[in-house]
This record gives sequence, structure tokens and C-alpha cells, in this order.
Amino acid sequence: MISPSHFASVVLFALFASVVFGITQRETPQRMFRYGIYCFALFVGSAIVLSWVMYAIAR
Amino acid sequence: MRYSQKGMAATENKNASGKSTTEGFVYLPLIVGWLVPGGGHFLLRKWGRGALLAISILSMFALGLAMQGRLYANAHDILEMLGLAGDLGSGLLYFVGRALGLGTESVQLTTADYGTRFIVVAGLLNVIAAVDAHNLRTGRKA
Repeated sequence: MISPSHFASVVLFALFASVVFGITQRETPQRMFRYGIYCFALFVGSAIVLSWVMYAIAR
Repeated sequence: MRYSQKGMAATENKNASGKSTTEGFVYLPLIVGWLVPGGGHFLLRKWGRGALLAISILSMFALGLAMQGRLYANAHDILEMLGLAGDLGSGLLYFVGRALGLGTESVQLTTADYGTRFIVVAGLLNVIAAVDAHNLRTGRKA
């Protein structure tokens, strides 16, 4: 059994989902790569922003 | 009746190799892609894409199980039904996992709940990959 931290879980989720999104949603390798990076940044970035928002609300 | 307009192709789509894309069973990559992650792309000789899809989906599924995620087996309520639908997207992975008795423990840790989501999302991503293979086969995507 493995027990990654919450952030590690987010990064792993974002990595695998971004690879699939990049390959399936764009046609050329360069655009696939760029879209994959874009999705990864959005996944991780939105998780960080929402985490801080929840932290602020909880205070 | 085939839709035709000036400037649009009135003939059958053709893939990169020039082979007609309506020959044979066009749903084969969709079915193979569903059963085996990346299999649809391998069938179409898209080795790189297929390998990346297979690694991503298999890793996500395996990580979900390693995090003690649950494989949905029943559909007693709407949430379980949706979870089961997501899990079934993994194709053979789901059936092999169930046959081996994996993912049967009840969720007691936060990471186990994340694991359950990983497994469901792996199935959904596999469906997207299988549909992509079908689009490649029909010539809708290059």
C-alpha cells in the first residue's frame, strides 16, 4: 500500500490526465505537448488556488 | 445520403496511408482501445501515442489500487452506479481486478478515497482514448 501526500496525489493525477488530454485533444505532437503542459498547469494551479481559498474560508 | 457541398470532399475520407477509412470494421479500434488501454492506437500503428496512453492509464489504475482504492461492484444508488460506469471504462483491467479480488476493502483512509477516484478517472480517460482511436480510424482526426 502506498500513501502519497495530498499534493503528490494532485501532481500524479494532473500528470496522467494531462498526457491523455494532450494526445486526444490535439493533432500534431507539438500542439499535444503544449496542450498537455497547459492542462497540467491548470490542474495543479487550480488545486493550489482552491486550497488557499478553502484555507481562508476556514479561518 | 452523404452530405456534399461545393469545396467539401464528397468522397470517402482517407487516412495517411491512402487507405479508405470506411474499409473493414471501423469500430474495432474503439473496442480494442476500450478493452486494452492504448490498444486502439497500437492497432492503428500509432505506437508512441498508444504507449503514452497505456502508461498513463495503467499507472493511474495501478496507483488507485495501491492506494487501497475500491473497485465498484454494485449499483445500489446513483453514486455507485456512476462509479461503476467509470470503472467499467477500464475494460479488461476492471474485470481482471475483480477476478483477482482487488479493491474490495472498504475505504477508511483519505488516500483510499483518492485511490477510488484514480480508478474511476482511469476508466474515463480510457474511454476518451478509445474514442480518439475510433476518430483516427474513421479519418476524423489525423
